[in-house]
Amino acid sequence: MREHADDELVDFVIVGSGAGGATLAAKLSEAGFSVVVFDAGPFWRPLEEFASDELEQHKLYWTDERIVAGADPIVMGANNSGRGVGGSTVHFAMISLRLRPDIFRSRSKLGYGVDWPVSWDEIEPYYTEAERALKVSGPVSYPWPSKHGPYPYRPHEINGSGQLLGRAAEKLGIKWCATPLATVSAPRGKSPPCVYRGFCVVGCSTNAKQSALIVWIPRALKAGAEVRDMAMVTRVEIGQDGLCTGVTYRREGRERFQRARNVVVAGYSVETPRLLLNSACPQFPDGLANSTGLVGKYLTIHSSPGIWATFEDEVRMWKGPPNMAVSEHWNYSDGGKDFFGGYSFMSQGPLPITWAQTVAGTGGMWGARLRDEMVKYNHMAGLGPVGETESQLTNGVELADEVDRYGLRIPKITFSYSDNDKALQRHAIAYLSGMLEVAGGRDVWTNVDTSHLMGTCRMGFDAETSVVDKDGRSWDIPNLWVCDGSLFPTSGGVNPSLTIQALACRIGDRIATLSKRGELSGRRREAVS
Amino acid sequence: MKRPYPTYDVLARWESPSFNDATRETLTERLERVPERRFFTEDEWSRLEAVVARLIPQPDRARPIPITPWIDQKLVEERGEGYRFDDLPPQAQAWRRGLAGIEAEAQKRLSKSFVDLGADDQDLILRCVELGEIDGDAWGDMSAQRFFSELLVRTVATLYYAHPVAWNEIGFGGPAGPRGYVRLGVGERDPWEAPQESVQ
Repeated sequence: MREHADDELVDFVIVGSGAGGATLAAKLSEAGFSVVVFDAGPFWRPLEEFASDELEQHKLYWTDERIVAGADPIVMGANNSGRGVGGSTVHFAMISLRLRPDIFRSRSKLGYGVDWPVSWDEIEPYYTEAERALKVSGPVSYPWPSKHGPYPYRPHEINGSGQLLGRAAEKLGIKWCATPLATVSAPRGKSPPCVYRGFCVVGCSTNAKQSALIVWIPRALKAGAEVRDMAMVTRVEIGQDGLCTGVTYRREGRERFQRARNVVVAGYSVETPRLLLNSACPQFPDGLANSTGLVGKYLTIHSSPGIWATFEDEVRMWKGPPNMAVSEHWNYSDGGKDFFGGYSFMSQGPLPITWAQTVAGTGGMWGARLRDEMVKYNHMAGLGPVGETESQLTNGVELADEVDRYGLRIPKITFSYSDNDKALQRHAIAYLSGMLEVAGGRDVWTNVDTSHLMGTCRMGFDAETSVVDKDGRSWDIPNLWVCDGSLFPTSGGVNPSLTIQALACRIGDRIATLSKRGELSGRRREAVS
Repeated sequence: MKRPYPTYDVLARWESPSFNDATRETLTERLERVPERRFFTEDEWSRLEAVVARLIPQPDRARPIPITPWIDQKLVEERGEGYRFDDLPPQAQAWRRGLAGIEAEAQKRLSKSFVDLGADDQDLILRCVELGEIDGDAWGDMSAQRFFSELLVRTVATLYYAHPVAWNEIGFGGPAGPRGYVRLGVGERDPWEAPQESVQ
C-alpha cells in the first residue's frame, strides 16, 4: 500500500470507507488523484477474523454512545451502523435495488417529497456501473421498470422463507422475483460462490459477499490510495481563506493532522453531520457547510416492521441470505393507498439473537413463555417492508452536551413518524399479514423495527434549500464534499446501498471532469442554483 | 416445555467444516471462560441472578446457561450498544438504579427483599416494573418500562440465545462456515442439521 506523510498535501482525504467513501476512493484514485481514506475501525481480514457467531460479530458495529429521542427513537448500533473498513457494507444484507425512477422527481411526478437534483437519466448509467462492479446476482428479467436486461450473475436459489413469499405472490397475482444480491452465485476472482451460511448480516467469512471491503477497497489500493484504519477523524480544519486544509485525527493515542486539497465526509447520516457540526470554527461558528442550518436536518429512515407467522412445515428461515425474495408491487402501484410513498418488501430470516430480541421485544414475552415461543423458531417465517418515510425538518442529528472519549460532543438523534409514515406501515402490515396467511401461515404477529439512515446533508438545486449540490460539493466551502447516504433528499422505498454506490461513482466522474476544467480549486461560490 | 430436538448437539460438529478457528476461539471463551464478578456488588449480583432466573427460567438444567457474568463483564468493560434512549442514564447507572428500583418495589409492596420472594411474587414485582407501576423515588427520572424492555429483557434474551445449548433447544444450525448449507427450501434439511422435530 502506498502511504502518505501527514504533511504531504494529498488531493483527497475521505472520511469513512463504506458504500460512499470506499467507492469514491476507488473512482478518484483510478482517475489519478492521491487519496487517503480514513476509517475509525479496523481493516478486517474476514477469512481469519470472522466467526459464525452473532455476539462476537458485534465488533462490526458502531457502538459509541448516541442519544436517541423523539416519539419513535431509532435503535442504533447494529443494522444501521458500521465501524471498520468497508463500513456497514461488511454486514449489510446485500440487497441491491435501484430506486423507482419517479423518486428522482418525487414532487413533480408523484406529488410528495422533493425532487432530487440528480435525474434518473443521469444516475441510471451509474447504477449499471455499480451493479457490474458488485457482480450483482439477480434475475434475467427484473419485473419492475428500474432495471432492464439481466444482472451480471445468475440469481441465487431461493430459501424457504423466500419460497413462501413467492407462493403467496403467485396466489395473489402480484409480481415477485429473486432478490438482486451482492453476493456472488459463481466464482469471481478471490470470491468463492455464496455457500448460504446465513450469517451475512454479521459478516461474511468466505468473502462471497461483494462488500466495499471486498470490491472497492482493493480497487482503490491497486490504484494507489492509502487506507488509514483505526483513525478517528475529529475535525475538518479550515484555513484563513475559508477553505479546508485537511483533517485532525486520533490514531494510536496521538493527535495528528493530514493536509489535503479536498476533504470528503463519508461517515453516513449520523457521523457526517456530527463531524461537520463538531468542526465549527470562527469563520463557520454553526459548523461547516451549514449556512442554511440544514446540516443534520431531514433525517429519514425506512420503517421495517416484521410480520411473522408459524408454518406447519419446517422453514428454517436462517439458512442463506436473509432476504432472498422481493416484491416491489407496492413501490409502484399507487392505487388504493391512503398515503403517499411506497414500499418494497422481502422475505426475512433472522439469526437466533436477533430473533430473540424480536420476540422478547413484543411485550410480556419473558419467562417460560419466551422459551416456549423461541422453540417454534424453525417453523417461523416472516415478511418485512422497506417503507418510505417522509423527510421532516424536525427529524435529525444534533450535538448533545455530553462528550465521548475523544472529548467530542456525541450525537443526539431525534425521530418521530409522521401520520403518513404510520398509514404506510398500517397498509404494509395488513397486506403482508394477509400474504403470510395465503402462504399457509397461522398466528400472525408483528413487531416494530427500522432500517437504514438517509438524509441529514441533503443535496439540492440551490444553496438555500440544501447542504451540497448534485455533485456532493458544499455550497459554502468548495473543497468540502459529502459522499454517503446523508445526501438523499428523500428515502424512497428500497434499500439505499446501491444508490449510495451509484451516486459515489457519479461524483467520482464529476470530480474528474471538474478537475480537467480547472474548477476543483475554487473560491466560495455564489449561492445561486 | 417442549423439547423438539432432544438429541441434537451443535457442538458435535466442532471439528467439522461448519466451524472455523475464529468460531472455535469465540465459543471456547463463551463456554470455558465465564467471567468473575467485577462490576456489581455482591447484593446486586445476587439480585440480578434472581431476576434473570425469572426472565429465563432454567429449571431443566443442573448448570443453567450463565447470563449475569456476561452482563457484569459488559459493564466493567464499558461496552455499549451504540445508543441510549433519552429517558435512560448511561448504562452503568441504569443497571445499578434499575436493580435498586426492583428491590425498592419488593420492599414497598411485599416488605421483603426481592431475592427472598417466591417465584410468583418475584414475577409480580417484575410485571409492575414492566408496566411502569413503580415507586418514583427509587427510579428517579429513569423510565422503568424502558429499562425493563430495552435493557433488562433484551440483554438477557441476547445472552441466553448466544449459547450453544440454547441453539440446541431451538434447533438452530449453529456455526456454518466455511461450510454452509445446500438444501435451502421449505422442509429441506442437510444431514448436518438438527433432525426433523420429533413428534410429541
